[in-house]
Amino acid sequence: MLKIENLHANVEDKKILKGINLQVNAGEVHAIMGPNGSGKSTLANVLSGRDGYTVTEGNILFENDSILELDPEERAWAGIFLAFQYPVEIPGVNNVYLLKAAVNAIRENRGEPPLDAVEFLALVKEKMKLVKMKEDLLNRSVNEGFSGGEKKRNEIFQMAVLEPKLGILDETDSGLDIDALKIVSEGVNHLRSDDRAFILVTHYQRLLDYIKPDFVHVLSDGKIIKSGGPELALELEDKGYDWVKDEAQAA
Amino acid sequence: MAAKSENVEELVRKDYEHGFTTEIDADTVPPGLNEDVITFISKKKEEPEWLLEWRLKAYRHWLTMEDPTWAHLDIEHIDYQAISYYSAPKSKEDGPKSLDEVDPKLLETYEKLGIPLQEQKMLAGVAVDAVFDSVSVATTFKGKLKEAGVIFCSFSEAVKDYPDLVKKYLGSVVPTADNFFAALNSAVFTDGSFCYIPKGVRCPMELSTYFRINASNTGQFERTLIVADEGSHVSYLEGCTAPMRDENQLHAAVVELVALDDAEIKYSTVQNWYPGDENGVGGIYNFVTKRGDCRGKNSKISWTQVETGSAITWKYPSCLLKGDNSVGEFYSVAVTNNHQQADTGTKMIHIGKNTKSTIISKGISAKQAQNAYRGLVKISKHADNARNYTQCDSLLMGDKCGAHTFPYIEAKNSTATVEHEATTSKIGDDQLFYCRQRGIKEEDAVNMIVNGFCKEVFKELPMEFAVEAQKLLGITLEGAVG
Repeated sequence: MLKIENLHANVEDKKILKGINLQVNAGEVHAIMGPNGSGKSTLANVLSGRDGYTVTEGNILFENDSILELDPEERAWAGIFLAFQYPVEIPGVNNVYLLKAAVNAIRENRGEPPLDAVEFLALVKEKMKLVKMKEDLLNRSVNEGFSGGEKKRNEIFQMAVLEPKLGILDETDSGLDIDALKIVSEGVNHLRSDDRAFILVTHYQRLLDYIKPDFVHVLSDGKIIKSGGPELALELEDKGYDWVKDEAQAA
Repeated sequence: MAAKSENVEELVRKDYEHGFTTEIDADTVPPGLNEDVITFISKKKEEPEWLLEWRLKAYRHWLTMEDPTWAHLDIEHIDYQAISYYSAPKSKEDGPKSLDEVDPKLLETYEKLGIPLQEQKMLAGVAVDAVFDSVSVATTFKGKLKEAGVIFCSFSEAVKDYPDLVKKYLGSVVPTADNFFAALNSAVFTDGSFCYIPKGVRCPMELSTYFRINASNTGQFERTLIVADEGSHVSYLEGCTAPMRDENQLHAAVVELVALDDAEIKYSTVQNWYPGDENGVGGIYNFVTKRGDCRGKNSKISWTQVETGSAITWKYPSCLLKGDNSVGEFYSVAVTNNHQQADTGTKMIHIGKNTKSTIISKGISAKQAQNAYRGLVKISKHADNARNYTQCDSLLMGDKCGAHTFPYIEAKNSTATVEHEATTSKIGDDQLFYCRQRGIKEEDAVNMIVNGFCKEVFKELPMEFAVEAQKLLGITLEGAVG
């Protein structure tokens, strides 16, 4: 589904990603772990096409096509969803209104007719249960006055409604208490399926207790320096990142 | 003076010789302003003597005044002697002959707003022979109002048919000597609207349709007077979302509202005068004095404005809260793009006890535009328990535009509560990216964010107007980001 080839990327003139290779197949969950400043969030932003990040080398293929030249919205239409580390507040814009505009924009680009109010509401009701969204959050302004947990839950809720092919979760676990973490994880687990893939970007192993990854990758200084199964995450939790770095250097 | 008048008439005849074919078209005085011109206007309109005196008094005072320069505006010198002060109906000779001569950008906007071709011509100032079916619409409309006892007519008609009402209220809110442009307007105004709602009557409809149809010919010095008698209620809509083009660059209107005991006036404006082209050439100067007088107890006056047009906007719809428990409101969205400038805001003058005012101002600037909010909240000595809440928010798009806030507060009564909140934000790259990541196109995302920013004001507009205003905002700011 997603193939990252020798990806190099800069923020302003600073080199952040220095040759990333990664293949994500449908149905898989990949965790990207690493210390602060290793380039985890940059990777998430580059994948979703955010301005301010320049790809200097390499390629990103999504379903066999390069997406480097695509605008963020075109990537969204293709089926890439980013759950933000810091979901943005948009005063005066109704949460559900934004979501409806998003759903119908994506449908339009797939040549599907827009959902009418009734159909959309049915979809929303169904997905709300998934993440135990409180109804009053629907009609509030996007993320405005939401608690940290509510914001993250809103991200997962949006993902559930938009049903992407690839979900990228950028530090979704940060700032969540254990109850919120459980709810968010349940939502994600519910969305796991054979034709959908996830990339979990996280600093801590904690999230992976609830969302079991198929693969764990350690990112350090812009490169993936070690990959493994779920047991790698536990090892990192135990020993920290330094031993992997040392190992990589030795190699 | 009689001799001079003859001169004017002679000049008029001269114009006639130069090829005007109908008598009506000859109703244009040459540029310049003096007492003869004012007398000519007054005579043409068959006005009573007192009104002529009133005009002349205003003119004499105007001569002693100077152009205001305190606003945060860059205004080229206006030569008041170069303006023709009477041309009714508007000279068709000066206007574009067909839509082909009109700024294509303007036509594009009409298309986007879905305005019928005939109406496009009217708005763009192209001579239209038959004004489609508007006449009949206006007639039915008038009948319904008459049934309710509501007087709603042009200002000229009101002077003829209801001289006592006009005499009683004209200039009672905005005195002739109030300010430079108000004095000028008082001297030379040609027409406008008059509205009187009798005691206890709720006006059966929004006064909008009529206005929209008649708006194109109201001229550059427009005079509006609305009187809501005890316990009455009226909602008045002025303007039109379609950009209006006009040969006259200077527009100096005066609007006076009077609300007696327990009466309520809601005045909504969508102003979309031609702002000029992308380089700011040819736009309208909109220098308006709007003031509402809450003369009676428990009265309420509410101003809602969406200002997207004009090259320069100078406008401060205000409320005099004289009656005890009276309420004044001001909801404003002012958008400036390209080279547009706006200095707008309000004055809330608390005089009666327990008076309350709310100010919500949203300024949006894009490209090189400048947008200023200027507001005065004044609590007089006897205005016990007066309350004001002011919120001023500015949204910037791009890094060459500016937003400025000039709040003035004068409180002379210690029981007053005055709150002021102000924010300035840039349309966030974060917000845009968030929306786009969800699949929403950049332009739609800008639209959505801007409309969200203005929501508190739009919800005060009558429903259909609000929808149009939202659409308008999108079109105005098209291409402002990115």
